[in-house]
Amino acid sequence: MRVSLRRQWVSLPAFAICAVVATIVLIPLIATVIGGLRSTGELLTSPFSIPKTLHWENFGRILAADSPFWTEIYNSLLIVLGTVGLLLVTACPAAFVLARISFPGREFVFNLFLFGLLFPLTVAVLPLYITIRELGLLDTLWGVILPQVAFALPMTILILRNFFRAVPIELEDAATIDGASRLTFFLRVLLPLSRPAIAVVSMLATVSSWNNFLLPLLILNQPSEYTLPIGATQFAGQYSTDWASVLAFVTLAMIPAILIYLLAERQIVAGLTAGAVKG
Amino acid sequence: MRLTVSRAVPSQKVLIRRRRRQWSDALTIFLFLLPSLVLFVLFVLVPVVQAAHYSLYKWSGLGPLDDYIGFKNYQTLFNQPIFLKALENNLLIAGLSLVFQLPAAIVLALLVNRKMPGRSFFRLVFFLPYVLSEVVTGLIWSFIYNPLYGLIAGVMRQFDPHATPPAFLADPKTVLYAIFIAMCWKYFGFHLILYLAGLQNIPAELVEAARVDGASSWQAIRYVTLPLLGSTIRLSAFLSILGSLQYFDLIWVMSGGGPPGTNASETMATYQLHYGLNEFKLGYGSAVGVVMFGICLIFALFYQRVIMRQDLQGSSAL
Repeated sequence: MRVSLRRQWVSLPAFAICAVVATIVLIPLIATVIGGLRSTGELLTSPFSIPKTLHWENFGRILAADSPFWTEIYNSLLIVLGTVGLLLVTACPAAFVLARISFPGREFVFNLFLFGLLFPLTVAVLPLYITIRELGLLDTLWGVILPQVAFALPMTILILRNFFRAVPIELEDAATIDGASRLTFFLRVLLPLSRPAIAVVSMLATVSSWNNFLLPLLILNQPSEYTLPIGATQFAGQYSTDWASVLAFVTLAMIPAILIYLLAERQIVAGLTAGAVKG
Repeated sequence: MRLTVSRAVPSQKVLIRRRRRQWSDALTIFLFLLPSLVLFVLFVLVPVVQAAHYSLYKWSGLGPLDDYIGFKNYQTLFNQPIFLKALENNLLIAGLSLVFQLPAAIVLALLVNRKMPGRSFFRLVFFLPYVLSEVVTGLIWSFIYNPLYGLIAGVMRQFDPHATPPAFLADPKTVLYAIFIAMCWKYFGFHLILYLAGLQNIPAELVEAARVDGASSWQAIRYVTLPLLGSTIRLSAFLSILGSLQYFDLIWVMSGGGPPGTNASETMATYQLHYGLNEFKLGYGSAVGVVMFGICLIFALFYQRVIMRQDLQGSSAL
């Protein structure tokens, strides 16, 4: 009794600190959402009053049928789907081979992929730009999708390979005795068993593709191809004096990411820690 | 006798089946690895090698690559005050992260790791900024710092209607620190998640045993928990430094390396893009990329060999 009481007292300062930090984290987000409902004049004159009228027209203008916002959402979505799809189609077989078939040079190939973890996009982005230009993929969504997949491969293969290796060998033996080829085992047994790991790598790739800025900034130069992050910077540049509208745009741009996060927090967290701890 | 013979010479049938299996395995290996290897080599490895190649030329990025100038780009680079300033900024960001961001993340992880009401809510909130895009984060913090319409300006005018709020992002002295605060806001949750995962691997009995032996809760943390968290701390510091050396996004969105007319918040990555693409000096920009890569590689090898040596034993990483 006394112990539990004391424990509660000890956790009170801890709770207070966490509450303060949580407030600090949330204030910018709340200020953004509320700011989007004010007029820019109010931001200047009465930023903390309870708004008398909510300026939904800030949102209405962005969500109008002919607004570039929808094109940008659509492009971002296509790039996410293309990236995740192609990533799974290429990484799953590779991770399978690297996890379960021994052959000379296996460690070399695996370490080659691991080497890729060391340099993200930034260091080779100029030559990458030239490569994409030479392939004729400049100003196409594929010009973003293919490099995104390539740079996501190391982490994805690492996570999937670890998971595939943990599937007991007896299961493969049993499948072989029943006459299954490696391909059948891979498609019918291993992949269905690996749904949790596949969900993890898919969510990781979804978040990083949805948020990617540098690559679309270089590759996509036509407004009809802009993704949401590029569209947001364009909008902010165009309406640089109308902060209420910019905040409305930012609010709308946050919503999909927050939804993905609330739906798949577990997978995202698992992917980040699994990849980091084992890498 | 018959037994040994049959063992030494497998029947024709078994041999054929085994050979067929070997062939099909070889085919599987080849076809399963090919797509990912092609993508990886074409878009990751080749550009890195190309960067080294381009960096030896004076090249605008258009037209033929024929003006070979040896290591001149590198010479210019290391005599260029703006590049040295950018490198210094990268190191400053790394240092600030180690001193402020990581300790804060450790403390919060220790707090959130206890049983307390609202624990999973706190974890959810702390990690939330990490999933937002850099552009969204950059715009939110540009709003907060805006000297006219911004949040800080609003608070200041609340106390003194005639105050002239400072323009944090337009002042060369404050711009980098202002952006660093936004970086902390966005990334501390990632490190917190790493520490929480590390804490989960520490058996609760160890801490309890220390408490039973009379250790205060601070002593238990200092002499039991933190040493056992060592490998996670080393890993988080590694990722933080590597990320700081290559940092691009928030800076590009919030200041573009400026304020305009200065290079107060330039990093190697923004510098590379300014010169490589905006000013059509692709050979020179590539040299920046190569130097950045070299610094990261040397750091990573040194760190993994010296500081993370005991953590990596038995793992296959590099």
